[in-house]
Amino acid sequence: MNIEARFYLQRGNFILDASLTVPMQGLTAIFGPSGCGKTTLLRAMAGLEHCDNGFFSFGEHVWQQEKYFLPPHQRALGYVFQEANLFPHLTVRGNLEYGFKRMPTATRILAFDQVVTLLRVGPLLSRRTNNLSGGERQRVAIARALLTSPGLLLMDEPLAALDMNSKAEIYPFLEQLHQELAIPILYVSHSPDEVARLADYLVLMKAGRIHATGPIAEMLTRSDLPLAHGSEAESIIEAKVVGYDEAYHLTNLEFAGGQFTVPRSNLVIGQVVRLRILARDVSLTLAKQTNTSILNIFPARVEELIEVSPAQMTVRLDAAGVPVLSRITRRSAEVLQLVPGKQVYAQIKTVALLA
Amino acid sequence: MLTEQDLMALWVTLRLAGITTVILLIIGTPLAWWLARSQFRFKVMIEAVIALPLVLPPTVLGFYLLITLGPQGPVGGLMQTLGGQSLAFTFTGLVIGSVFYSLPFVVQPLQAAFIAIGHRPLEVAATLRASPLDRFFTIAVPLARPGYLTAAVLGFAHTVGEFGVVLMIGGNIPGETQVLSIAIYDHVEALEYGQAHWLAGGLLILSFLLLLVVYGVNRRFSVVRL
Repeated sequence: MNIEARFYLQRGNFILDASLTVPMQGLTAIFGPSGCGKTTLLRAMAGLEHCDNGFFSFGEHVWQQEKYFLPPHQRALGYVFQEANLFPHLTVRGNLEYGFKRMPTATRILAFDQVVTLLRVGPLLSRRTNNLSGGERQRVAIARALLTSPGLLLMDEPLAALDMNSKAEIYPFLEQLHQELAIPILYVSHSPDEVARLADYLVLMKAGRIHATGPIAEMLTRSDLPLAHGSEAESIIEAKVVGYDEAYHLTNLEFAGGQFTVPRSNLVIGQVVRLRILARDVSLTLAKQTNTSILNIFPARVEELIEVSPAQMTVRLDAAGVPVLSRITRRSAEVLQLVPGKQVYAQIKTVALLA
Repeated sequence: MLTEQDLMALWVTLRLAGITTVILLIIGTPLAWWLARSQFRFKVMIEAVIALPLVLPPTVLGFYLLITLGPQGPVGGLMQTLGGQSLAFTFTGLVIGSVFYSLPFVVQPLQAAFIAIGHRPLEVAATLRASPLDRFFTIAVPLARPGYLTAAVLGFAHTVGEFGVVLMIGGNIPGETQVLSIAIYDHVEALEYGQAHWLAGGLLILSFLLLLVVYGVNRRFSVVRL
């Protein structure tokens, strides 16, 4: 089951010419620079931007095709805008109930209390909307959208207008949404950090067009895309918590290519977490080092060498099927005689735990 | 103090202003909404027509209304053929005249209020399953509340202050078409300055209080725009 969209529309000098198919599960990030048409694409999907002869289908439901256009209020979607846009004439409860009340009882999949608990907005219910903090407002907006039990959740940079603290406040909720509710999410963002943390699937946009689409781990490491070329090139590994080292306050995590050891945090055994590894934190050796302070060393095979500047290269590695990027100098690549297919050891200096 | 005729004039005035305001809010709402939202090319022409009473001498408006509503006019003539009477010099005629006369004072604040809301809250409501009519009544109207207050107060106050139009199409029939402003004029003509003082002072204070409410409650809206 997929989400399929084809839109062509012109607004002044800007042309959106997008055609894409994304899976109907998990979080798909629509990523690209400001002004590339991400928001317009999302609005067209919601029916807020009317575009002639567009096509949009969500699983077996067709929302737009040729002359047929289902108005936004009849589409089973939730939309979270960049600004919370709470209704100022209603209390928090009034805002939450606005969409909820309009749903026939039989179609309410998510219960009021369940959503209130999930987003921890219970204590805010009787408050007016004008004295909520930025983070609180956005939590209410997300809860309000969820209370229509949407089949599809569209989120347009829901964190962009928030300060650092409010962002940190919202992240766990987004991750929870994604893990606890089986609602596919399309998430517009221009922040690589958000994409790395949240996305399962990535749509890259450029100047009104779809540049590439694919699973996040693959997209981050593809040599034909700009992501692997920048100084912030990174790879993402999903790993499972398997045990603790009580004596040294460490946690052990397992993925296909081996075990990670990271400083102890409040993770539960069995939990799947996402690790983010910057390419510049990965160095390569031909033999496995033993006298080293680095804990995380994995065997890997060189897949591809990407020249990113006269001095530097990005090496795409395959660690038991998991793509990992390493940023080294061109000189080192020559000294190690790296060629595709060569076996090496990847030494990972820093691992960021994303969830 | 006030004579019986003054009290009648007061009653006619309040009834006229009240009925006119209610009618104007009813027809002004869809009109202002359309003006605020429409991309229609000749919209400015309609806006200009609505704004006319702001600049037109009331006697000009009154004159044309008299021609239209009088026995020889298209509307008045039609009324007579249908067995009714011409609308000139009747309270109904006065109401029709006042609706035209005070139209911009109601439509403009409402239009400004609807524009100030913007598209976003209505889009949000649409994604929360509200149909267009539903979002109009549950989002647009409540959010335009300050505009409604301004519109109601200005429409009412402006109708109370009507003179030229009333004189042209309403005449001066006590209990039917004689309003306060005409009663004041009569008192002055008859050199009854004491009576005129009572009515004029009363109107002055009433108008001041009404405007005080408007400006006090909302500072965000320009009250009348030309």
